[in-house]
Amino acid sequence: MAATLRRFNGLRLLKSTPALNLQQAKNLSSASSWASNNKKLIGAIGAVTGGVGALLFALEQSVEASGTEVHAPAQPWSHRGLFSSLDHQSIRRGYEVYKQVCSACHSMQYIAYRNLVGVSHTEEQAKAEAEQITVRDGPDDTGNYFDRPGKLSDYFPSPYPNEEAARAANNGAYPPDLSYIVSARKGGEDYIFSLLTGYHDAPAGVVLREGQYFNPYFPGGAISMAQVLYNEVIEYEDGTPPTQSQLAKDVATFLKWTSEPEHDERKQLLIKVIGILGFLTAISYYIKRHKWSALKSRKIVFVPKEK
Amino acid sequence: MKVIYNSLFKRTSTYAVAIMASAFFFERAIDVTSNLIFDSINKGKQWKDIKGKYE
Repeated sequence: MAATLRRFNGLRLLKSTPALNLQQAKNLSSASSWASNNKKLIGAIGAVTGGVGALLFALEQSVEASGTEVHAPAQPWSHRGLFSSLDHQSIRRGYEVYKQVCSACHSMQYIAYRNLVGVSHTEEQAKAEAEQITVRDGPDDTGNYFDRPGKLSDYFPSPYPNEEAARAANNGAYPPDLSYIVSARKGGEDYIFSLLTGYHDAPAGVVLREGQYFNPYFPGGAISMAQVLYNEVIEYEDGTPPTQSQLAKDVATFLKWTSEPEHDERKQLLIKVIGILGFLTAISYYIKRHKWSALKSRKIVFVPKEK
Repeated sequence: MKVIYNSLFKRTSTYAVAIMASAFFFERAIDVTSNLIFDSINKGKQWKDIKGKYE
């Protein structure tokens, strides 16, 4: 038996561990003084933490095949990389798409014209965009409300005065506000792109009510928004061919920017953080080696007392 | 090494000045290089690259 063990494991299993090592570990541990209840509590906390972690991991990894919707495939966005900024030419085109198509039904009440300055428009152009809308302002000196052209500080106009009006005009469905829609939907800009380009005829067995359309990417499949993006539905001012997928890609990029206006700055900061933390790690490693060099190279010698 | 120690690090006054000066230059170096890296990765995508067309 011993010979077999030795053949497979070398001397490892046959050697006795020095008793001194065990004693030292025991002396350093405070667990021996714990009551049995304490041990059970700590064991339970450990088991719950591990279980919750495993559950979260399993939920994240699941393919979610039981739902009714198709999951949006990941598109090769030019801003997908760790250090990749948004494509600002695309944001500018996406604003055109939003203004001419989406804004007929969807509000964007948290984005102001001043936000466009230095992102997709110059200050003069953003002012010109703002002046195209009419804003109800007041009261003036005589206490009356009046209409004036928009200013840079005005927010994007809403197509409906309130949610009830929006529902009444859209068969009871509320067109959501698009300011933060990319962050608010699972799949983000991939979902927006797939939804806008994914319309087709309802398969057999799917019953749609009046004013509903079939879109496999929409949870439930029945969406109250009709397909709005077709080839050449608008003209781009920079001459880009306005195909359906180009329109969807540009408006998804624009909505990505409105949801995460800090996107570019965040990725730029990541480079700085990596640089500084790399430098600090190198210094910490050097100082550790420096401080330990005396400890690691010392010798402890027992010199018996001479009588 | 000795020259640096004797001229800068030995006295608290010069040591403090050395720390502040090196912090300034370190910050500038990190800032400028990381911006350069970011701009070279994202050439043609940022607003500063396309704003020439609209001004």
